[in-house]
Amino acid sequence: MNNNTRLFARLLLLFSAGSLFSCQTVQEYNKMYLNDAEMVLSARKVQKTELNFLLYREGASGANGGKTGGGCGCN
Amino acid sequence: MQKIYLHASLFFLSILSSFGQVTQQDSTAFKSRKLKTQEINFVSSYYTQDGNNSAVTGGIGTEELTDIATVFDITMARGDARNRLHSYRLEVGFDHYSSASSDLIDPTTISSASARDNRIYPSLSWAMQDDVKGYTIGAGLSVSTEYDYFSKGVNVNFAKFSKDRSREVGLSLGAFLDSWSMIYPIELRTLETPSGPVDNPDAGGTNPRNSYNASVSLAQVINKRLQASAMLDLAYQTGQLATPYQRVYFTDNSVNVEKLPDTRFKIPVGIRLNYFATDRILVKTFYRFYTDDWGITAHTAEVELPYKLTPFLSVSPFYRYYTQSAADYFAPYKEHDRQNEFYTSDYDLSEFVSHLFGLNLRYNSADGILGIKKLNTLELRYDHYNRDTGLVADAIALAITLK
Repeated sequence: MNNNTRLFARLLLLFSAGSLFSCQTVQEYNKMYLNDAEMVLSARKVQKTELNFLLYREGASGANGGKTGGGCGCN
Repeated sequence: MQKIYLHASLFFLSILSSFGQVTQQDSTAFKSRKLKTQEINFVSSYYTQDGNNSAVTGGIGTEELTDIATVFDITMARGDARNRLHSYRLEVGFDHYSSASSDLIDPTTISSASARDNRIYPSLSWAMQDDVKGYTIGAGLSVSTEYDYFSKGVNVNFAKFSKDRSREVGLSLGAFLDSWSMIYPIELRTLETPSGPVDNPDAGGTNPRNSYNASVSLAQVINKRLQASAMLDLAYQTGQLATPYQRVYFTDNSVNVEKLPDTRFKIPVGIRLNYFATDRILVKTFYRFYTDDWGITAHTAEVELPYKLTPFLSVSPFYRYYTQSAADYFAPYKEHDRQNEFYTSDYDLSEFVSHLFGLNLRYNSADGILGIKKLNTLELRYDHYNRDTGLVADAIALAITLK
């Protein structure tokens, strides 16, 4: 595993763990940022091609909103 | 195929023109029991790749491939007597691809049917959302068909969200029941015997490939600028997992089709964080760890930085780093021992590092775009991908959303 990836993963996990323990209730009138279209946590329609070719060109799949099986991916 | 694209485009344009008429805004859609169009999406993309490690020719030779994909979907919704929202979604996709390496399954033809193919994949899904009890349930069916491959899919999902909608826990189960025609490379369709060549009994008919997956997810609002999600998938595949027309050349110069185990168990786990850093800049990150019982371990790290030029227009550069170890059964051209039980020279299963970067342009307006009131979003995305095995790919996609 590349050192930079390991560092990125650790920082992300650390930040996530810290964040989860400090969750705040956000009122509806305060959800301007959360409701922004860019903030969606799922993959967007325009990423469909990207998710497909990465699924077929790489050994790993899943946990990103894409498929984990189905289809042959044989080209 | 061009006719299909033309008809799909004309169909989409006719819907677009009908939406061009100014209509009364409906603020009671949720309560209405009448079935109403909620959203229409049209995505079209072009993908091209090239490299020099084709699995069809045993890990050497061109990987040139192009794919043109068009996907159309429409979501309609209605409320019921208990004020629950029922959504129905129909999606139809068309792919047209050409593959230089697939043409070498039978190189004795000038340009065989395998050089290009079409894939058609319709799907239908339903979801019901109950805001009072705080849950969503859904189910879907899908079909995909191309010359040598047929896939049927089914899935069910359930999600429970908190009263203030700051937390959502989801569970989904899915299965794909596929059928694959056994098309062997031309020279392996017969076997040499002392009494002369006989038909290879494995080269013909169809074999099943089934995939089952379970997925658990958690999405959490952390504060007014930050939200996160985590997802765990468990995927199990069984049946014909080796591609029947991919060759392997051995150290003794003999050749066979690749052989892989008939089961595979995959465990990916991913975490995503979206942060609205300033009024104009967002930071979106993703990390995934993956492991399977074929010996592949992989790490994926992504970052995307949307910058809002205006409240409606954003430009997002993105970068993705990926690394994987090789499957236990991989070796390059002429490096496999014939005595091995399993073998492949497919570089998608080799050890490599890849980089993906690109740019996403997004224009979104609730009041319409280009004078078309229902035209809600235009999005253009360009990807450049390279692998340290030499494979290079480019993709461009356009997505249009009507609401």
